[in-house]
Parts: sequence; C-alpha cells; structure tokens
Amino acid sequence: MSEILQLKRKATEIRMELLKMIYESGAGHTGGSLSITDILTVLYYKIMNIDPTNPTWEHRDRYVQSKGHAVESYWAILADKGFFQKEELKTFSQYNSRLIGHPNNKVPGVEMNTGALGHGLSISVGMALAAKMDGKSYKVYTLMGDGEQAEGSVWEGAMAASQYKLDNLVAIIDRNNLQITGNTEDVMSIEPLGSKWRSFGWEVVEVDGNDIEQLVHTFSKLPQTVGKPTMVIANTVKGKGISIAENQVGWHHRVPTKEEYELAVEELSQQLEVLV
Amino acid sequence: MRNILLKPAAGNKIANRKAISDTLLQLGKKDKDIIVLTSDSRGSASMVQFGEELPDQIVEVGIAEQNIVGIAAGLAHSGKKSFVASPACFLSMRSIEQIKVDVAYSRTNVKLIGISGGVSYGALGMSHHSLQDLAVTRAIPGLDVMMPADRHEAKKMIEALVHYDKAVYVRIGRNPVEDCYVSEEYDFEIGKAVTMRAGKDLTIIASGETVRVALDAAETLEQEGIDCRVINMHTIKPLDEEAIVKAAQETGHIITVEEHSIHGGLGSAVAEVVSQAHPIPLKILGIPDEPAITGKTAEVFQYYGLSTENIKRIAIDMLMKQ
Repeated sequence: MSEILQLKRKATEIRMELLKMIYESGAGHTGGSLSITDILTVLYYKIMNIDPTNPTWEHRDRYVQSKGHAVESYWAILADKGFFQKEELKTFSQYNSRLIGHPNNKVPGVEMNTGALGHGLSISVGMALAAKMDGKSYKVYTLMGDGEQAEGSVWEGAMAASQYKLDNLVAIIDRNNLQITGNTEDVMSIEPLGSKWRSFGWEVVEVDGNDIEQLVHTFSKLPQTVGKPTMVIANTVKGKGISIAENQVGWHHRVPTKEEYELAVEELSQQLEVLV
Repeated sequence: MRNILLKPAAGNKIANRKAISDTLLQLGKKDKDIIVLTSDSRGSASMVQFGEELPDQIVEVGIAEQNIVGIAAGLAHSGKKSFVASPACFLSMRSIEQIKVDVAYSRTNVKLIGISGGVSYGALGMSHHSLQDLAVTRAIPGLDVMMPADRHEAKKMIEALVHYDKAVYVRIGRNPVEDCYVSEEYDFEIGKAVTMRAGKDLTIIASGETVRVALDAAETLEQEGIDCRVINMHTIKPLDEEAIVKAAQETGHIITVEEHSIHGGLGSAVAEVVSQAHPIPLKILGIPDEPAITGKTAEVFQYYGLSTENIKRIAIDMLMKQ
C-alpha cells in the first residue's frame, strides 16, 4: 500500500474516532475537527519530527493549535501516536478529565494551552525565535482558523514573524469558509487572504487542505524562501467526510443524533473500503 | 536585619526600573537564556544599555502588548527566561488574556515587569494610569504579584526571580523613590513580608512606593507617642498571611496604603485575611473608584491622602475610637 493511501486511511480512521468521541460525550466541535483532520494527519504521520516516547525532546518540531476548539481530531491523533492511552479518549469532555474541549498541556504532546483565539501565532513566533537563538533546527507549526483572522493579535504576530525572518515557522489557515455565525465573508471578510499575508512579508502557499497528496507535497518542501515565514492557506471543507455535515454552518459544534452517527459511520466505513 | 531599621540617607536618584535593568544586565551577561522583551519601551524601561551590551538577548516587538506576552510565553516554553518590560497600564490590560492563558494557564516562566505603574504617568490621565493592575493580576491563578519598595529591593527581587520558575507580575514606578532600606544587606524572600519597623499600637501595611510614605508616617506618629509597626508587603501574591494575622493580633489596628484602586489591591488582600482570621479595625487607603486626578505622583498622593499627615490623622482617629 502506498504511503499516500496509508495516510488517507489514517485520516479516515481518525475521523471515525473523533466522531465517536463527540457522539459518546455529547459535546465537541464537529465541523472544524473534520476539516483539519487531513492537515493534522499529514503533520503527525509524515512531516513532523516528534517522539511520542519523549514528548519534551528538545529538538522536536512544535505544533501549536491556535484554533483550539477543534481539539477532537488532535486528541484522537495524539492517542493514536501513543502520547497517551487510547482508552482515555472515552473520558473526553467528561467530569475532571484532562481531555477537555481545548488543548491542555497537562497531556503529553500538547505544547501550550490554547482556546482563546488569536494567541497561537505569537506563541509560535516565540518558539521559532528561541530555535534561531539556540541554533536549533526544529520547525514550529501553528494552525489557525479562518474566522480567527479577525483577531487583531494575529496580525501582530504576523508582523513579528517576518521582522525576525522566521523561516522555521509554518502557519496554516484552515480555510473552510465558515464560522459559527455563517460565511466568513459575511461575518467579517478576510479576503484577499493570500495577498494580505504576502503584504505582511510571508511566503504564501495555497493548497487543497483535504488532499493528502498535495499536503504532503507542500509541507515536504518548506520553507520555500529562506528568511521568510510560510503561510499555508489550506482550502478545506467544514465537516469533511460526512456528507450531511459538509459545508453546513450548523455543524460547527453540533453533536450527531444516533441516526446521524450511524449514517456517518457507514459513510466513513465505505470510504475505508475503497482505500486499499 | 538591624540596619533596615535605620533611616537611609535621602536623595536617591536611581529609579527601580534602572535598578532592575542593571541587575538584568549583570545577570544576563552570565546567563544567555535571560531575554528582555520590549514594546517600543526600551527607553522607558531603562533597557537601552542592556540592548547595546546584549543585543542578542533583547527582543523588540513594537507597540504590540498582546504580541509581547505571546512571544515571551513561546520563548519561555523553549527554555528562555523571559522578562517583559512594558508599561503597566497596557501590559496589565491590553494583554491580560495572554497573561491568563499563555503565561499563567500554560505555566510558562515569564516575568512581566509593569513599568511606569500606578500614577507614574501622572499628567497623562486615566489611559496611562495603572490602578487596576493588582486587582486583575491577583485574580489569575498561577501568577504571583510583586512590588519592590526601592532600588535595593528591586535588585534583590530580580535576583530572586531569575531563579524562580513561575510566572510573576512585578509593578514598578517610573521615578526615583527615596530609599527604604539602608543597603541590600537584608533577607529578601518571595512571599515573606518585611517588618520595616517594630511597633505594638498599630500596623501600617504598604507596598511599592507607599512604603516610604508609611515609614515617614510611622516616624511622625512616634512623636505623638504612637508605636507604629510598618510592614512592607513586597509580595502581594502569595500573601504573607502570617504577618498580617500577627499584626492584627498584636497591634489591633491596621492601615493599608497603596498606589492602586481601593478595589482589589493590597487593602482588599489584607481585608480578606483580617476579616476571616482575626477581625479588627482596618482602614484602606488608596485611589477611590474614579478617574484619578492628574499631576505628579506626590501631588496625586497628597490629594488622595496617601500622605504622612493623612495617615497620622487616621491613625489617631482609629486609636481614639478604641
């Protein structure tokens, strides 16, 4: 089986897992977790230099999930990678669990606590700057939402990253076009997104964020320009993989009913069947 | 310990910010992980020399207080000792969410130095006064809060903080303050108040620039035959509850004096302890709940009764009522 096919299978299995977590716990951000799953799968199973047996290894690549609410995909992947026992996923969003509704750095593998939008990029700038100061070669990846682009602090971080020529920093925008209220362009337009980032001194790459092959290809050859931070605008589909949820604003944090869940599992199973 | 009870020579011209930058420069030369971050505040933080001598250990972020805290947290997460030097009024308000989430909640080793705090920017008005910073920082779990009384304490505090692996907000003023200590020859311990002056009739608890005012008031009261204890609460969180309870038990009367709103600062912190552990008459002196009058620090202090005469009046009043 080709590596790409394996990654596609993995992404589908992660979708299955995160949906189960949301369904069983009765809480979660379904749409956003599904849209970022392919990006996270490629980062965690192909791109990032990490060691689940040594989560604080000083040369590891860092991942900061600025759009902290899409945490289900992240938990499912960290468990699958072995940062903690898969069994613990059952405690997601339950009383006193450490697997809360946002990244929690009491869990091995999580660098920083996030959840308040617009924070991740500045934190990542600090991490990337530290790597430069110490002559270390690790990279810092940070994932933001498209609705998050309305936070002013994002642009403070954007300026600093190019000022300090942080080519070891890769930011990704999960461009699924929807935020909780509706279409991003209706709520607060962020276009032209690419030229905004370019004008802030970033190298901008645009990809299909649900296309594993494209993602692998893109992330494998970064940075494209020495001395510039990279922005990967990942065009995704919110709710990706489950047809009733795809591009539906209502699925931002909707929990599937029993019928919807069974339908979704059936659909994902069918996707897995052809990925051989 | 004995010499802190002596009166230091008047006329100090070294501000706490200068004492802090000198200390950081000295320590930074030996420890390359000490990083100073400024938000176009290099001059106002007295960090020009630090930047010149250790250019690889200073990070300028421009006028962006949210960014400065986020970057400081990222640096600290990667093993750096981040010292953010930014005006207290902006640092404690504009970036409070970054302080809460990226620093306190994420447990990053960031030291936040709120410069030009209180009414240091006296004439510039409420936008530049920081009179709510202790209240907001004190309410954040995982964040300690400190205020040095003078240049000696500022130096000792920074020396302690370099080895203290926890987030701290330190508030200092802009201008030189008269010394409270004769020298650095005293024990400084985070979370342990310093009894600057023994006394049994009444206790004045102060922090930061009001410690000098409290000491002067105690001296005046002595002439009236009132034996006044003065406690320098340089660490507002974690609070030295033991010293407060002891003062309540032994002197029966407490006056708190602070360059902060009467809501949520030192006085509130002391009241929380006294009211629950050993209720006694307590008077909280600070800035009332209004946009503070503008003027030089001394003028503002005078206006709101953060002065020797007013403390004396209140002390006599309290003791008469017993």
